[in-house]
Amino acid sequence: MTADPGETPAATVDAGTADLTLDAKVAAADVPPAILAQSLGEYVRVWWLRVRSGNSGLLPVVMAIVVVAVVFEIITPEHAYLRPSNLVYIFGLSTVYMVLAMAETLVLLLAEVDLSVGAVALIGGVIAFKLVQQPGPDWPWWLAVLAAFAICGAIGALQGALTAVLKVPSFVSTLGGFLLFSGVLVIILGGADSTVSLNTSDPNQNVIYEMVQGLISPVVAWIILAVVVVAAGASQWARTVRRRRRGLTTPPLILTAIKLALTAIFGAAVVIICSVNRGSSLRSVTGVPWVIPIVLVVLGIWTVVLQRTRFGRYIYAVGGNPEATRRAGVSLPAIRIWAFALCSATAALGGILLGSFFYGEYSSNTADPGQLVLYTVAAAVIGGVSLFGGRGKAIHGVLGGLLIGGIAYGVSLLSLGSLSTPLQYILPGGVLLIAVLIDVQSRRGAGAVTGV
Amino acid sequence: MTEVNEAPAGASRGGDGAEPLLRLRGIDKHFGPVQALYGVNLDLPAGQVTGLCGDNGAGKSVLTRTISGAHQPDHGEIFFDGKPVHIRSTRDASALGIETVYQDLALADNLDIVQNMFLGREPLSYGLLDEDSMELQAAETLSSLRVTTVRSIRQPVASLSGGQRQSVAVAKAVMWNSKLVLLDEPTAALGVVQTRSVLDLIKRLRDRGLAVMVISHNLTDVFEVADRIAVLYLGRMVAEGPTSTFDLQSVVQYMTTGTASGRPYEAAGSASGKG
Repeated sequence: MTADPGETPAATVDAGTADLTLDAKVAAADVPPAILAQSLGEYVRVWWLRVRSGNSGLLPVVMAIVVVAVVFEIITPEHAYLRPSNLVYIFGLSTVYMVLAMAETLVLLLAEVDLSVGAVALIGGVIAFKLVQQPGPDWPWWLAVLAAFAICGAIGALQGALTAVLKVPSFVSTLGGFLLFSGVLVIILGGADSTVSLNTSDPNQNVIYEMVQGLISPVVAWIILAVVVVAAGASQWARTVRRRRRGLTTPPLILTAIKLALTAIFGAAVVIICSVNRGSSLRSVTGVPWVIPIVLVVLGIWTVVLQRTRFGRYIYAVGGNPEATRRAGVSLPAIRIWAFALCSATAALGGILLGSFFYGEYSSNTADPGQLVLYTVAAAVIGGVSLFGGRGKAIHGVLGGLLIGGIAYGVSLLSLGSLSTPLQYILPGGVLLIAVLIDVQSRRGAGAVTGV
Repeated sequence: MTEVNEAPAGASRGGDGAEPLLRLRGIDKHFGPVQALYGVNLDLPAGQVTGLCGDNGAGKSVLTRTISGAHQPDHGEIFFDGKPVHIRSTRDASALGIETVYQDLALADNLDIVQNMFLGREPLSYGLLDEDSMELQAAETLSSLRVTTVRSIRQPVASLSGGQRQSVAVAKAVMWNSKLVLLDEPTAALGVVQTRSVLDLIKRLRDRGLAVMVISHNLTDVFEVADRIAVLYLGRMVAEGPTSTFDLQSVVQYMTTGTASGRPYEAAGSASGKG
C-alpha cells in the first residue's frame, strides 16, 4: 500500500458533509436559541426544544417565583403576601440571599462548594459594624467595608488554597471553615449574648444602616430606571450594528426589543410597588430601598467578570474540564484560590446587608450561619447554577435569592406557631431537592447528546 | 520512494532528502528503574504525515510527551528546523509551533467552539474578551480546514458529534501558526463516516505543509493517511521509513516482535522484510 501525499480523494467533500449525522433536533437542543434563530418564531421553537431537553435556563426559577407568590397570596391570612409593604420587605430580605448566592455561584462554577459562606458573611458584617463604632475604631464607613472585604477575601483565599494546593476536597475544607468561623464569630462579637449596633445619629455609621433601610425617592428611582433601560438598549444596538458590520450573526432585532421591554416592565413594577405608601397616614414611607441598585451593581460586576473576562472564562473552563484548562496553560490553583477569595469577599457584603436589614443591629441571634449557608446554596442551585460546575450565571443567583427570600418570609407570615420554624427549613430544603433533580436531569440530557 | 518535501530549506542530510522539521537523535527516557525509550531516532518532515505505531507499552505516549514538552529526555538531542532545542514545557513546544491533540480531547464540554479554540489565549480589547475577533478567526480557521458541518460555532462542544469534536480539537491545534501537529489516536471511538472526515482533515493539514504525526492503533487508518511509518517496540525504534516500504503484515510483525520474518528493518528502498 502506498500513500500518495498529493492525492485528495473526490469523496472528501461528501464525507465531510456527511458528518452531520446528528438529528438536527438533538443538536439544537444544546444550542442557545439566540445564535441559531434568525426570526422570533424560530427562536421560540429552538427555545422550547431546549426546555424540553432539560436546558431550561431561567424558566424553572421564574415559574417557581410565580407559583410561590400565588400560593402564599392564597394561604396567608388576609391574603397579605403581595401587599406592597410585604413585597418591599421581601426585596430587602432577599438581597442578602441574592448577594450570597452570587458569591456561591463563583465557587459552584468550579464544581466546588463553599459551605462557609454563612459564617464568613456574618464575620464580614460584624467586622464592618465593629470598625465604625464610636467610641471605638471610628473608621470611615467605606474603609470599614473594604476591610471586611479584605479580611473575608483572605479567609476565602486560605480555604481555596487548602482545596487548590493541598487537595483537600472543598466540601471538607469549607465545612471545617464553617465550624471554625462560626466560633470565631462569637469571639469577635464579644461573647454569646453580645450585640453590636449602628448609631444612626452618626452620619458615618448611618451610611451602612441606610444600605438596606435607606430609600430612594420614587422620582429619582424612575430617572435611574430610565437611564439604565436607555443605556442597555443603546449598548445592545451598538453591539448589533458592530457585529452586522463584521458579518457576524446577530439575534433578531424584535427579540432584543422584547427582552429590553421585559426589563423595563419589571423595573417599572418594582418602582411602582416601592412607591406605594407603606407607612401610616401620619408618616408616609415611599421609595426604593438603596439595596436594590446595590445588588444590581453587584450583579453587573459579576456578569461582566464571568462573561467578559479571561478570569471568568477560565472559571467556566475549570468547571467544564480542568485537565483541558491546565493544558491550555491556565494555572488552576490561581483560578481556584481567586474564586474562593472573591466568593468570601462578596459574602462579606451579604453580611453587611444582613446587619443593615436587621435595623443595624448584629447579635448572635441575627442569623444562624448554618441556615444562611443552606439558603445560599439552595438559592444558587434553585436559580439554575449547576452543582456539577461550569453552568450558571450571576443572574441565576439573584432570581434564586428572590425565591428563597419569598419562601422564608411567606412561611413567617403564616403564623403557624410551633410549625413555623421547622417549615423554614423544610420548604427551602424541598425546593432545593427539586432544583437538584432538575440539575441532574439536564446534565443527563446533555450527556445523552454528547454520546451520539 | 515517494517524497514530497515542502520543508523549509535546510542542510540536506541523511537518506530522506531535505532537513526534517523535527529530528530526534538518541532519545533516552527512564522512569525510576523502568527504561521507556532507548536511543530513539525519529524524523518528522514538513508536509508529510508520519504514522507512529507500536503495541501498548512500546513507548508511543512517552515519545509523544517528550516532543510536546510534557517529559524531558534523559539523553539525546532534539533539532527543530535544524537547530538544537530544549523543550521544557508545553509552553516551549507551543512557542516552537508544536501542538498536540490528545486522545481524550482537551475540550471543555460546557464552552462553545470559539471559547474552546481560544482557551488560554483569548485576545482582549479594553481588558475584556474580544469575542468578535475570536469568532471571526475561528470561523476562518474552520472553513479553511473545511470543517463546515457544525450548525454554529457558538454551540457548546457538548452538542457536537465525536468527529466534530475531533475536528474542533485539530482546528484548535493548527490555528496558532503551528508547524508540527501531534495527534494521539485521532480516530479512536469514531464511526466510519466520522473517521473518514478526520482522516481527510489530516490530509489537509499535510497539504498545508505542516508536519503531522499520527499515533494510532488502527493500521488501516495509518496506511490510509501516512507518508511515513515509524514503529516502536519495547522503547526502541525498530523501523522507520516511507509507507511504501511496509505492508500491513510487516508492521504488525515489527510491532509484536521488533523484526519482520526474523530480519530487522533496513533502510528505505531495500526489501520490505516480508519473506
